[in-house]
Amino acid sequence: MEGAHVMSGLVLEARGVTLRRGAREVLRGVDLDVRRGELVAMMGLSGGGKTTFLRAVAGLEPFDTGSLSVDGVTLTARAAPLPEVLRALRRKVGMVFQFHYLFEHMTAAQNVWLALVHVHGVPRHEAERKALDLLEQMGVGARAGALPRELSGGEAQRVAIARALAVDPPLLLMDEPTASLDPARRDELGDTLERLTQSGRTLLAATHDDDFVRDYADRVVVIADGRVVEEGVPAAVLGSPQHPATRQLLSQKPRTDREGSRDDRRPRDTD
Amino acid sequence: MEPLSRPSPYNPWSDEASIDMTQPRARLGPFLLGIVRPAIALLLAAGVAVCAAAQPPATAGELRWGGDPEGGSPYVEADPLDPSRVVGFEVDVAALIASKLGLTPRFQPVQFASIDASVKRGDFLIGLGGIEDTPARRATLAVTVPYYGFREVLTVRAGDASRFRTLADLRGRRVATLGGTIAYEILLDAQAGGGAVAVSYDDDVHPYSDLAIGRVDAVLLDHVLAEKAMRRERGLVTQPDAVAVGHYVGVLDTKNAALRGRIDAILREAMRDGSLEAIFRRWGLWNNDQPELYARVLGTIAPVPGSAVPSPSGEPDEAPPPGSPPDTAAAVRRYLPALFRAALITIVLSCFAMALAIMLGVAVASGRVYGGRLLRALLTAYVELTRGTPVLLQLFVLYYGLAEIVRLPAFVAALLGLGLNYAAYESEIYRSALEAVPKGQLEAARVLGLSERQVFTLVRGPQALRLALAPMTNDFVALLKDSSLVSVLTVVELTKQTQIFAANLGSWLVPGALCAALYLAMSLPLARAARRMEAKWKAPTS
Repeated sequence: MEGAHVMSGLVLEARGVTLRRGAREVLRGVDLDVRRGELVAMMGLSGGGKTTFLRAVAGLEPFDTGSLSVDGVTLTARAAPLPEVLRALRRKVGMVFQFHYLFEHMTAAQNVWLALVHVHGVPRHEAERKALDLLEQMGVGARAGALPRELSGGEAQRVAIARALAVDPPLLLMDEPTASLDPARRDELGDTLERLTQSGRTLLAATHDDDFVRDYADRVVVIADGRVVEEGVPAAVLGSPQHPATRQLLSQKPRTDREGSRDDRRPRDTD
Repeated sequence: MEPLSRPSPYNPWSDEASIDMTQPRARLGPFLLGIVRPAIALLLAAGVAVCAAAQPPATAGELRWGGDPEGGSPYVEADPLDPSRVVGFEVDVAALIASKLGLTPRFQPVQFASIDASVKRGDFLIGLGGIEDTPARRATLAVTVPYYGFREVLTVRAGDASRFRTLADLRGRRVATLGGTIAYEILLDAQAGGGAVAVSYDDDVHPYSDLAIGRVDAVLLDHVLAEKAMRRERGLVTQPDAVAVGHYVGVLDTKNAALRGRIDAILREAMRDGSLEAIFRRWGLWNNDQPELYARVLGTIAPVPGSAVPSPSGEPDEAPPPGSPPDTAAAVRRYLPALFRAALITIVLSCFAMALAIMLGVAVASGRVYGGRLLRALLTAYVELTRGTPVLLQLFVLYYGLAEIVRLPAFVAALLGLGLNYAAYESEIYRSALEAVPKGQLEAARVLGLSERQVFTLVRGPQALRLALAPMTNDFVALLKDSSLVSVLTVVELTKQTQIFAANLGSWLVPGALCAALYLAMSLPLARAARRMEAKWKAPTS
């Protein structure tokens, strides 16, 4: 099985993932494949299950049925993952939270090398060098000694990405990466993410930002009511949305006209 | 007659002293006493406050007199048959004085150590109750003629009777007494000369119970108290030779010098007509020292200059000029080193106790956040029990209550008591701080692969510590002040030393100011350091 995944180039393979919180079914059978080197955007209305799905993939939340495989590591339903499975998963998945959650009491560099030293046993000086390299790559090398509260939102996000990349995971999950960025910063981020995918990394980002999706995503999946309802290249899916949820999604966000963007000055009717 | 300065061999078991005074309290263990006494003191203090507020100091037709019912039999104690009444020889003396003045005696309970200050405030007209005739009292109060002569006697364990005969035999040994008394001054002098080590207590019961269990090697106190203790504790022997002699007097405010003159006349008359003798015989306290004292007071024999009381400043039967202030500057110079030493004890004790409280507090808080249900319940019980009962009670239980099982040295008991108590408060601070660390921080750490233990030690703990810093500083300052409570365990820390100083000087003004200055000198830099650390951790977002 593992060989098959690698051969097929799938970094993430989700099959019929369901997750229930109390009486509420948050995920109702999510099927999703993400190939190596892809930047996949996951869109959907708030509460539709995007973040929950990311958390399940990151091993932060157990799911009820179905299966999840990340680069050959398979999570089973209905159970907290075994310690060794979890350990293996941590090397496969990096996560950048919407609010970054940088460790407040540590400098940017410390945030990046913490796991290298304490989880992966990398010697301190080596880990520190790697942290500086990563921060340089992310364009925040000069802020290595700063505490999180001293960083701007964009800087903090770059540090958070560097932290997630420190152990070289094949899959990087991002929750609302553009939520707090102005258009210029958003384009910088897009360029950075493109570089990452070009170097073979796979990205799955939950987002509301259809401009960002159009400009940078290879593929977009729309999640509504805990299911994937629409999927394809951004121009097609966002250009002629088929599912009511996608249309509602596109009608909700006021945005500036951009070159190549669809004119959306239309009544805010829901399907 | 033998001169007073050469005390004759004294037999505490003489016929005169053989009346069996069944004391209900004698049947209680020291542990219960330890708990009951502070409770009584507290109630009485509240009573005093209420009375002082509700009633004028002197009601027409009444002689308000103050004494410490904790001093107990035979001085003043609640009547075992009717606790609303007090009985004791001091009660009888007060009644005698009142009746000659044509007044009704009215008793005002007050803490022993506060009698002088209380009479000066005007809470009552005269203080009675084993009050020693000292130079400090003569300097600041109107003191009556002495009406009872006592001996400072050494009590030791029976097994030591032959080797510890005098104070000189007790070089380097711990000798207990009541703080703020002549006996304590004698011991301090001995200690300064490289002799016995003085250990001060707040009551007259625990010196003897601690002697019996070996915490101290001797007790130096009035023979009246020694006799009382011998009836209570087994296996103790009081040495026949008196270390010194002293007198009990009544104290009045200097502005009542005229009343003091009338009371002196009444006491002299009572010495002549035998009514004082009758009182002391009734209480089994009459002995051969008294006729000699009375003769001196009445002037029928020449006063003996320089009795064995250390550094007397005047003859007990000569009224001193009232209000001549003692040399405060000299007293400050004399006491300052002792105050500094006591402050050192306060700070060392507080630091160690706080260190213990922090370590235990972290353990308790982690257990309450991460532990199983049983552990959580146990730790919650510990926290609630500790926070819900007075630290004074906990100190008493640790030091006196557990003495049968484990004999903790006073400093260790003080450290443990304060440390265990504050650990409960610290743990609550840490618990809420741990719970205040955002969940996202923990999830970020978990996603990176940190184990739960590493999440705690590398992320959650350090962040919680920053949140806990301000309340911790608060607690440390509180602990610094609460450390004064350990004086009940014979540890002489800053407040206790100040009390001793104040008793010696007869005024709280200068010692109180010095004491406050020392506490502030310890707590202010601490608060500042904490503020600086907080500022460093909470720098404004750039």
